[in-house]
Amino acid sequence: MSLSVRIIPRMDIKGPNLVKGIQLEGVRVLGTPEAFARHYYENGADELLFMDVVASLYGRNSLLDIVRRTSREIFVPLTVGGGLRTLDDIREALAAGADKVAINTAAIRRPEFVREAAGRFGSSAVVVSIEAKRRPDGSYEAYTNNGRERTEVDVFDWGQHAAQLGAGEIMITSVDREGTGRGFDIELTRRLAEIVSVPVVACGGAGKAEHVQDVINEGQADAVAVASMLHYGLQPGLDGSTGTNTRWPIGGKGTLTPCSLPELKAWLVKQGINCRYAAAPSQVYSDVQIHCSHSGLRHGELPQRRACV
Amino acid sequence: MDYGTGNFLSVERACDVVGLRTVVTSDAADVRAADAVILPGVGSFSCAMEALHEHGLVEPLRYAAESGKPLVGICLGLQLLMTESSEFGRHRGLGILEGAVVRFQNLHQGPRTLKVPHTGWNRVFRNPTDVLGAGDAPLSDPWAGSLMAGIQNNTPMYFAHSFFAKPRDPGTVLSFTHYGGQMFCSSIQHGNIFACQFHPERSGPTGLQVYRNLAAALRRPGIPKEETRAFTATSAAL
Repeated sequence: MSLSVRIIPRMDIKGPNLVKGIQLEGVRVLGTPEAFARHYYENGADELLFMDVVASLYGRNSLLDIVRRTSREIFVPLTVGGGLRTLDDIREALAAGADKVAINTAAIRRPEFVREAAGRFGSSAVVVSIEAKRRPDGSYEAYTNNGRERTEVDVFDWGQHAAQLGAGEIMITSVDREGTGRGFDIELTRRLAEIVSVPVVACGGAGKAEHVQDVINEGQADAVAVASMLHYGLQPGLDGSTGTNTRWPIGGKGTLTPCSLPELKAWLVKQGINCRYAAAPSQVYSDVQIHCSHSGLRHGELPQRRACV
Repeated sequence: MDYGTGNFLSVERACDVVGLRTVVTSDAADVRAADAVILPGVGSFSCAMEALHEHGLVEPLRYAAESGKPLVGICLGLQLLMTESSEFGRHRGLGILEGAVVRFQNLHQGPRTLKVPHTGWNRVFRNPTDVLGAGDAPLSDPWAGSLMAGIQNNTPMYFAHSFFAKPRDPGTVLSFTHYGGQMFCSSIQHGNIFACQFHPERSGPTGLQVYRNLAAALRRPGIPKEETRAFTATSAAL
C-alpha cells in the first residue's frame, strides 16, 4: 500500500517536563518535551503527540508554551491532548501551533461536542481518544481520566458514533496494557479498525518492536503511538537536564526493549511493512548505539551498549 | 474567515524558516498588493467558498491568478481553485482552473477497506508509470522549473483529505499519488499557479523545499531578502 503506517512518538507532559507514568509508582521525569520532540522530528517521526497528564490550568499554560516552541521547529503534524474541554481550549491549542487535538472526556460526556469541533475546525483536526478496559465478558468499556473513571459506554459503539459525528481519527488506548510493555490489545484494535471508517491510532503497551508489527498487521492499526519504548532508548542526558533517567525497569512485571526510532522503522520495513524510512537519517547521537535485542530486559537490568544487530 | 482553516500558522512558520515574510490577512487590498498569494485550507469546501465571498476575496484571487504573480493553493486551497466540488451537494469553486472535486470512494487494498480521510504520508510521483516504483528515477530533476524543484520523484508527503481534484487539463498535473486503487492528482502547476493536495508545511524538510522554491521565485535582484512578501489569504480570527 502506498500510504505508510505512521509511527508517532507520544510524550506525556506534566508542567515543563516530559514524564512517564509508571504503574503503581506514579510519575517519572525523563527530560524536556522540546528536546525529545526535536530529536524525534530529526529522526523520522511521522507525527508527534503531546498529552497533558495533569490537565490543570497551570499545566495548560505550560503545555501551550511547549507547543508554541516546538511548532516553530518541527514541520510534521503535532497533536495535543489532555484536558481539552471546550471549543476555546481547542482553538487555543491550534493557535499555539497544534495541528490536531485529541479529546476524550468532553467528547464522551457530550458527543455533540465532536460535531461542533469538527464543524468549526475541520474533521482532520479532531481526534477522538478512547481509553478501553476489557470486561470479563469480552466486551470493552470506555474510561476517562487516564483509565480511572468508568463511563459504562461500549467502546465500539462510541468509536463508530464519534466517527459519524466527524472525528477525523480514533485513538485507542488499552488501559490494561498502557505502560506495561506487554504489547497492544490486538483484538481491541482490530475490532475497532474493522468497525470505524476513519483511521485508527493504536496507543499504549509497546515494549518491543514486534508489538508494533503485530498491532499493524493483525490489529489493522493505521498509526501507532509509542512512548516508553522510544524514550528509554535515548541516551541519557539528551538535553542536559538533571531529570533524565538511565534505568529502564518500568514497574510491576513490565520489561522493555528500548529502541531508537530509526531502528524501529528500519526493522518494520524489513518485515515488509510500508513505513516511511530514510536509510541514513541524521543521527545526533550516532556514537552510542543501544543494543536492540529480542530477549527483553529483566527487571532492573540495564541494556548492554553494543552495536545494534 | 472562520471556516475551519487552522493551518495558516504552520504555513507562516514554514515561510519564516525559508526567509519569506508573510502577512496573514482576509483583506482584499492586501491580496491585490501582494507579491504572492498563498491560499491554505482545512475544512469544508462550501464553507470556505462562502467565507471567500463574504470577505470579497473571490475577485482578488481571480485577479492574482491572472496577474502572473505566484498563487499557491494548499490542501483545500487546491480544491477551491477548481470549477466545482461535490462535497455536501454541488458547489461552485473559484473556477480559476477547470475541473471537479470528488470524494474518495470504495478504496480497497486486497480484502481491506481503506480509511477516509486519507491521512498520513503517501508518495508523490511525476508519472503514472512510477506508481509501482518499477521505473528508474530520471537522472535529471523531475520537477525542474516548478515549485517541486529539487524534490526527488516518489517522495512521501503528508496528506489529510477526503476529497481530491480532477483537473480537466492533464497537462496541469504536476504529481500523482495512489491510494487504495485510486490514482489522483496530488499537485498541479499552471503558469504562476501552483497547488498541492498535501501539506508541504507538515511534510518535514522535504516539504519545506516547496517554500524554499517559492522564496527563490520571489527574489528579485536589488531587493533585500527581508522585503519579499507573500500574503496568506485567510483570517487571523483563529
